[in-house]
Order: sequence, then C-alpha cells, then structure tokens
Amino acid sequence: MSRDSSSVGGTAAATAPTAPHILDRNLAKTRTSETSLSAFAYVFAEMIQYSQKRVSGVEDLEKRSVGSRLLSPFLANFGHRVGLRELELTLWREKNPKRETRVLQMLIFINSVIWKSLFGKPADSLQKSTDNEDEYMLTDNDPVILKYISLPKELGSFNAGAFMAGIVEAVLDGCHFVSSSVNYLGVDTDKKKKASRVTAHSTASDTAPNSMTLLIKFDKSVLQRERTFDGK
Amino acid sequence: MLHSLYIINKAGGLIYLKNYTDGIATLSSNEYLVLAGTFHSIHVITSKLSPVPGSSGIEVLEADLFKMFCIQTPTGTKFLLVTDPLQSNVDAIMRKIYETYADYVMKNPFYTPEMPIRADLFDLNLNKIVKQINS
Repeated sequence: MSRDSSSVGGTAAATAPTAPHILDRNLAKTRTSETSLSAFAYVFAEMIQYSQKRVSGVEDLEKRSVGSRLLSPFLANFGHRVGLRELELTLWREKNPKRETRVLQMLIFINSVIWKSLFGKPADSLQKSTDNEDEYMLTDNDPVILKYISLPKELGSFNAGAFMAGIVEAVLDGCHFVSSSVNYLGVDTDKKKKASRVTAHSTASDTAPNSMTLLIKFDKSVLQRERTFDGK
Repeated sequence: MLHSLYIINKAGGLIYLKNYTDGIATLSSNEYLVLAGTFHSIHVITSKLSPVPGSSGIEVLEADLFKMFCIQTPTGTKFLLVTDPLQSNVDAIMRKIYETYADYVMKNPFYTPEMPIRADLFDLNLNKIVKQINS
C-alpha cells in the first residue's frame, strides 16, 4: 500500500498518512491487496451465523433439520455474489483474458487461475466422475476458508464450503455454462431447475481433516454444446 | 509433562476439560464443575488479598507433586494448566494454547461464547501441542 501512495506523487504522501481508500487503490496490484485471514474468518463466521438465523427458527429442533438443509443454498447465494465479481476482476487482471467455452478448459481455469487469485494456490485435484459424464470433482485438501471451522454433528451433511460452491457456480454462470433459466436469488431448493449445479462435500481424512470436494454437475445443454464443438 | 487443561468462562463455569496423562485421579463431571467454580472464587479472593491495587489473581500454585498455572485473558476467560513440577517453559505453552483457542474456538462460527467448547479442530490441534511435550 505504501508503494501505491508514493507512485501517485508527492502530494498523496503528504496529505494522506492513512492507507488509501479501497476504491483509490490500484486494481491491478494483487500482491499488496491480500486480506488478513483472521479478519476474513470473523466475517465469514458472522455470515454463517446470519444465515443460520435467517433459515431456522433458532431453537425449534424440528425446524433446525429443515434449516440445515436450507443453509447450504443460502450460503451459496452469498458465494454467487462474490463469484460474479471475482470472475470479472480476475479476467480484468489476466494478461490475455479469454472467455472459456470448453468444459475442461473452463474447469482448469477455475482450478488454477480463480483458486490462485482467491487463495494464492491452485486447488489440489480435478477429477472427472467415472459414473456420470456430466460430473466433475474439484478437491482442495486444505481450504483456506474452512481453516477454523469445526462442524457440529447436528448439522448433518452441511458444509461451509457451500460458499465456495456458490462462487464456482457464479463463475460458470458468468461464462455461460448454465442454461438461461437459472435463478439463484431465492433459497428455494425444491424446484428442479435446469442448471449446472455445484455442491460442497466434506472428504475429511486423518491427514486432511478439512478436505473439501466440490461436485460440479453440468446442465444437459452444456454437454450438448460440447458435442457440437467436437463435431459430433 | 502436562496433566490436564481446564478452561473456565468469566462466570466461573467450566467450559472445557481434558486430561492428558494416564493414571491420574479423575473426578465426576459434577465435581469438576464445583472445582472450577471454587477456583474462580479463589482467583477473585487472591486478587483482593493483594496489598497493591490492580493486582491479578493467583497465577501459580505449587505442590510437591504438581504445579498449576493460571492465566486470565482480557475477556475474563481463565486457562488452567496442571503440570508436572519439573515442567519448564509453561508460559510459551500457555501462549500456544491461548492462540489455538483464539483460532479454533473463537473463529468457529458454530461456537457460542461462554458455552462449553465442542470443536473437533480445537481438540485436534491441542492434542498436537500436548503430544509434542508429553512424548
């Protein structure tokens, strides 16, 4: 940040002893714009608590199980808003920005470029499902955003990585890997939407207690387009 | 050698208890609660005993077969560490435990302040620290 103010000129250094406003900072600089993990952890914790309050009637036990089912989409909705902006910012920062059109290239872009811009490291593995041709798995063995989170058992299969799922979904969305009918602003999960979906699952082991896998399921139309590209 | 760790909230309630060595005497959970509450009171009394104003409460308790260390955080949470009398460097260990607490308890969105601590990652990381010292 100090380099920013000195590059603006002598006047800035003389009049502004504090860090420049976030909107005045150079958008292209990534090294000086890192966020403190603790600060993020507290904000993220508040986001999860807020979501919990919004989706469940707090004490009602019966409602709590319903709440934990709705918690993932609620949190993913937050991620969706982040993802759309993240995509735009990342592409703006890229030297040769390109909108990916092929499934594999798109996933590699998320695996390396998006992950690096968010966490400073690529994700650990990208695999194609052997059972379903429309499913891919993106694994991070030590996800930064889940570093401090211990999930209570009563929340069942909920994983706070739903936030990441939302981000990835939005990036796919922004690159037109989702059919046009997608509407992620509501938290209604029961309606069967025609869309590519991303869900977060815990794949914890003794060596990697926080390991998380995002299951990416593409919409039929995406695969159809893929086949057209291949000339089949 | 570390024997046990107690964490007592600002109201004197026991919110975390873990014994780390085999073969030490254990009590029933009710007795532990009473013990924690009693220690909380002693801590207050010792600070009142001080002739110098603004003194902290009890920090070290020495007996022939064990030592007990206590630190109080600015928010009133107390960490009690029961160790072997020969254990050195307890300040650094305490700091590490406090750090682990700040990270894996306070930054955990599913933890309610002042309530009993149930967090897998906290247990896991504490065990790592204790293993290093006890082995």
